[in-house]
Amino acid sequence: MDMLYLLLRQTMYFSIPLLIVALGGMFSERSGVTNIALEGIMVMGGFTGIYFINQMQSQMSGQWLLVLAIFIAMAGGLLLSLPHAYASVNLKADQVISGTALNMFAPAFVIYIARMIQPSGIANVSFKNTFFIHEVPVLCDIPVIGDILFKNTYITTFLGFFILIVSAIVLYKTRFGMRLRACGEHPHAADSVGINVYKMRYIGVMISGVLAGLGGLVLTVPISTEFKGAVNGYGFLALAVLIFGQWKPMRILWASLFFGFMQTISAAYSAIPFLLNLNIPSEFFKMTPYIATLIVLAFSSKSSKAPKAVGQPYDQGAR
Amino acid sequence: MDYIIEMLNIRKEFPGIVANDDITLRIKKTEIHALLGENGAGKSTLMSILFGLYKPEAGVIKLRGKEINISDPKTASHLGIGMVHQHFKLVEDFTVLENIILGAETVKNGFLKMDEAKKKVMELSNRYKLYIDPDAKVSNITVGMQQRVEILKMLYRENEILIFDEPTAVLTPQEIDELMDIMKELSKEGKSLIFITHKLEEIKKVADRVTVLRRGKCIGTYNVEDVTKESLSEMMVGRKVQFTVDKKDITPGETIFEVKNLSMKTKGSTKNTLNKISFKVRKNEIVCIAGIDGNGQSELVYALTGIRHFDEGQILVHGEDWTKKSIRYRNSHGMSHIPEDRHKYGLILEYSMAYNLILQTYFTDRFQKRGFLKNDSIHEYADGLIKKYDIRSGQGAQTVTRSMSGGNQQKVILAREIDKDPSIMIAVQPARGLDVGATEFIHKKLVEQRESGKAVLLISLELEEIMNLSDRILVIYEGELVGDLDPKKTTIQELGLYMAGAKRDEVKA
Ligand SMILES: Nc1ncnc2c1ncn2[C@@H]1O[C@H](COP(=O)(O)OP(=O)(O)OP(=O)(O)O)[C@@H](O)[C@H]1O
Ligand SMILES: [Mg+2]
Repeated sequence: MDMLYLLLRQTMYFSIPLLIVALGGMFSERSGVTNIALEGIMVMGGFTGIYFINQMQSQMSGQWLLVLAIFIAMAGGLLLSLPHAYASVNLKADQVISGTALNMFAPAFVIYIARMIQPSGIANVSFKNTFFIHEVPVLCDIPVIGDILFKNTYITTFLGFFILIVSAIVLYKTRFGMRLRACGEHPHAADSVGINVYKMRYIGVMISGVLAGLGGLVLTVPISTEFKGAVNGYGFLALAVLIFGQWKPMRILWASLFFGFMQTISAAYSAIPFLLNLNIPSEFFKMTPYIATLIVLAFSSKSSKAPKAVGQPYDQGAR
Repeated sequence: MDYIIEMLNIRKEFPGIVANDDITLRIKKTEIHALLGENGAGKSTLMSILFGLYKPEAGVIKLRGKEINISDPKTASHLGIGMVHQHFKLVEDFTVLENIILGAETVKNGFLKMDEAKKKVMELSNRYKLYIDPDAKVSNITVGMQQRVEILKMLYRENEILIFDEPTAVLTPQEIDELMDIMKELSKEGKSLIFITHKLEEIKKVADRVTVLRRGKCIGTYNVEDVTKESLSEMMVGRKVQFTVDKKDITPGETIFEVKNLSMKTKGSTKNTLNKISFKVRKNEIVCIAGIDGNGQSELVYALTGIRHFDEGQILVHGEDWTKKSIRYRNSHGMSHIPEDRHKYGLILEYSMAYNLILQTYFTDRFQKRGFLKNDSIHEYADGLIKKYDIRSGQGAQTVTRSMSGGNQQKVILAREIDKDPSIMIAVQPARGLDVGATEFIHKKLVEQRESGKAVLLISLELEEIMNLSDRILVIYEGELVGDLDPKKTTIQELGLYMAGAKRDEVKA
């Protein structure tokens, strides 16, 4: 039983960043802008957040430091998303190209900066993990759920669920959400009822920047002690989660849990006697998340319900 | 005279074309003002200017005598101007209710209050007899209902000036009558209406005054009482127009197209969408399928053209079994199809007109060599068709199809399909959105096909077109053929009884 809880907790470490980043991607794509730059934005957010911790940890530690770092990471992500918004909305550029450009730019940029500003000239930014929560009082005594969510955890886990709930409400229950969805489905219709499509798309991309930036930090904190200028394809995995999740918040949750679990198996299979005893070569376990992505996407993309106008620059003059 | 809206000396250019050239349009309060003009005359453009979608290069717009600047649709809506667009602007993935309130939502602290909005919408819906299902997704409702949604959108915003851009082109005769009543009701309540249509009877029926445009210029404004259908159409196209086509008496020859016992099941229902449909179309014959919209016509055409699979039955062309043939085979072996939905099945809107004209023939040696397109031959061919079919656009063969006027888009399809010289022509509402001149032209072309020994299958909702053109009328009702009538021996009333399912015969091929 403990084994299982361990696995599930581990799953959370992988799933929560996927959830947050995919939700960010959802806001962008629902507004009509493909955001393939999630990977690059995560790198940027991860770097700014971790560097902030690195600089501040001599003065403070614990949850407040993490909270501040979260804001910094969000700001870093937001900053990098702006050129993408500008290129896709104002310049009506091909959104895949502008996203790819950012993905190439971000890792190179953060490594360059890290080497420049760190006294030793090394690329990796290290940090002390003082954010671990051994158990949350009272809540950790809830059977099952307490063991999974409220022991050996981070505040970022709760933040992830909070963002999920807020996202679902915003998307479906508010005027903003309805207008945002209209812009991704039929921008001409939205325009004809007086909605500013450009503005909505800007906001969509900016939200994705904030959340993806946060995701970069949330991914790094529990599983590492340094930031190496990369997020190992998590941004792209988040895109897969978004597609598998059919651009809907609740489904995105399930999708990210699924992918997070696959990731856990590949990372922790050697600790699971049952899997180890199967005598399957380790490469196989390492492959599982990627194979699962391929299979799942191949099947789910058939019934894919992407926002209709996603990826198409909006031109008011055309009809 | 108190005009509610005045558009004075409006000019609007697009690359290669002056869409509006010094046009003046004055609308009186509470009148129904018709706007008439051939395809591409600039009607939609003028209305888009009034609605704030385009900015004019020159000219002044006045509202109740005061000069105004309509910079975007939002401003237009604030000023009380609403528009039903020629191609509806509805979000397919949204419900009817969401579409109506979008942009004018009732909210509390940013949160939607759908219940309140629904109450208001349903009140309007009942008051104007605009029947809708508020919770249905727009992608699942009929065009007629989509239009009612568009009208409710304007009423919900309490607009005073209502623009209808070709609202009747997509409606059934019954729905058109209903719409006319609604329009009269609205004007009685003090609203001013601008009504674009190509159907002169409709203008005679509801409009008070009419303004005629031709090639971007204003020909004049007249009281509807003072003009006849003939004079209107002459002003509009610049020549006399024949409203009925001359057909020679020919006895039909051998069977070209035959359908045997075609059935198509409906998902999740025991009743078939199409049930044991059998008929023949012979050489020198125009067979017409008449029926109220939604009785299986669309599905039948999908089945015949290969767009959708069917469960039972057979299709024969010249005795050859075509049941399992691919769409390309059908296209290149003598079947032409003028589809019902020109944007969905007829055109690639982002392509140039030239490429749309060779959509089914680009792979032939005439237009390609070792996989490379021969753009010279393509353009030469396209230019020929553009001339022959009088297709008007800003930049000729290069024009992106999306930017063309609705009627001219339709002409692109007609040109492509007729020029293939098919042995069987399947035409669904071929005159939809065409001006009287172009309608006359396409009707002539269909009769020409018939006279040159081809088979024509016409699917139409317009009784006049049906009575005018067909040699034989098959009536479809709830997916079954219920009548095989001779137009010379049938009255419109009798046809109506069949279409409503009140009368039926056994129909055999
Ligand atoms: N956005 C645009 N870009 C380029 N050309 C355009 C655009 N909109 C309209 N045009 C051109 O302006 C002309 C007038 O078009 P408009 O749509 O106003 O005609 P219309 O009178 O509404 O015709 P129809 O009866 O066929 O709908 C057409 O030749 C069309 O190709
Ligand atoms: Mg038009």
